[in-house]
Amino acid sequence: MIEFRSISKRFDDGTLAVDDFSLVIPSRRTTVFVGSSGCGKTTLLRMINRMVDASSGALEIDGENVSAIEPVQLRRRIGYVMQNSGLLPHRTVIDNIATVPRLNGVPKRAAHERALELMDTVGLDRAMAKRYPSQLSGGQQQRVGVARGLAVDPNILLMDEPFGAVDPIVRAELQQELLRLQRELGKTVVFVTHDIDEAFLLGDQVVILEKGARIAQRGTPEEILANPASDFVASFVGADRGRRALSIREVDGARVLVDADGNLAGRLVDRPAEASAS
Amino acid sequence: MTWVLANLEQILELSLTHLRLSLLPIVLGFVIAIPLGWVAHRYRLTRGLILTLVGLLYTIPSLALFVVLPPLLGTPFLSEANVLIALTIYAVAIMARSTADALASVDPDIQQAATAMGYSSWRRFWVVDLPLAGPVLLAGLRVVAVSTVSLLTVGVIVGVDSLGYLFTNGYQRGILASVLTGVVVTVLIALLLDRVLALLGAWLMPWTRAGRASRRSRVAQPSQLVDRAPATVGTGVQGSGA
Repeated sequence: MIEFRSISKRFDDGTLAVDDFSLVIPSRRTTVFVGSSGCGKTTLLRMINRMVDASSGALEIDGENVSAIEPVQLRRRIGYVMQNSGLLPHRTVIDNIATVPRLNGVPKRAAHERALELMDTVGLDRAMAKRYPSQLSGGQQQRVGVARGLAVDPNILLMDEPFGAVDPIVRAELQQELLRLQRELGKTVVFVTHDIDEAFLLGDQVVILEKGARIAQRGTPEEILANPASDFVASFVGADRGRRALSIREVDGARVLVDADGNLAGRLVDRPAEASAS
Repeated sequence: MTWVLANLEQILELSLTHLRLSLLPIVLGFVIAIPLGWVAHRYRLTRGLILTLVGLLYTIPSLALFVVLPPLLGTPFLSEANVLIALTIYAVAIMARSTADALASVDPDIQQAATAMGYSSWRRFWVVDLPLAGPVLLAGLRVVAVSTVSLLTVGVIVGVDSLGYLFTNGYQRGILASVLTGVVVTVLIALLLDRVLALLGAWLMPWTRAGRASRRSRVAQPSQLVDRAPATVGTGVQGSGA
């Protein structure tokens, strides 16, 4: 469990990036921070591994205040995946994945063995182990990034817009892959994105942020979509327009759903065939 | 040509001396410039100061430096040390700026990622920042090498033998072949050092070749796509299959 208690962050230039933020992030679930750029979501994420230190307030991981933990040691037990993968371009795939175990003093052979297993886990061909990141596609690089984040089997995985820079098809693939991984591994994932669809797809808990990291609404995707807390949220999630604003139209006794643009979204049935929607 | 053949032994000896005297300033300059460049890169306050100072050093005429150094350092007037120290100063002048630029060229995203992985800043400098600054450092070092080889010829005026001797000798005795030979051999040594450094760089930084090679094979050499398939065209297939 990660707990933010009245956290504020004022940067040296005077901007108040985070204004009195409190939140509990449950273990083994995916929490998504979503908001426009500059809302402070990345700052929040980076406070968890002390890439950024709070100006006031307390941040606890399983009851332990992070300010009491040496940053370098703290970071080595928290997985971190970022946009553009952040892979070390001068290290091969296998060395990249083995980075943190090696920093922790794991012998090279053992670290490499574990790295190869992780390549299987994230769906990378082991034949790529000796390649350099520049020899991989964007999607493959992100997979390596995820494997690296998982290398020390951390309880917490921080993901900062990890799929922001890949094309939509690969992004959809990686999102499904992350859902699968999360079902298998059950990490405490904190995910940052500006894409509400991605937030709704991946998040058990979705936190919609306004400027200054003020929480506009927090809840499951269903709760947010069913009861947007404000006009801002309704507009941000698109509940009032487009393909999320569905209306019922009767056609020959059957009821079909039409979105706000007049496009046919589907047919209304009494009960979903399968409880696939979580 | 006959002049060259007749004086081959001397030319060879001067070449070796020239090479030997060039190496020390290049190496020393590199080693001294790294911390200077780091400080210039790291602190905005010192950046202007250091880079301006080393820039000024480079503007001192070499002959003046050769003459000024002995009384300053207490070295004998005809000592090799004067020339070596002067050339090291020039090497530092070029290399400190290169180092600052090289460190600035490292992608900040990658530095952030390395910090997030749990690299301490000391370790990150040696294992991440410095290697990734390598290509720009190498470019600077190649300029230093060529410049040092060329500047060393001036040392003959203060009595330090190098290929410069072929210039003064040729000039004083009116032997054009001697001057030309000096020019050609100096250029050859500069090219040789440059080539050695480039090869050394490619060997120490294999990832720079890897990126280039794969890009080239993607565009220009379709035949290589066969054995490179997983790296280049196989992306979508491999990804969706997983």
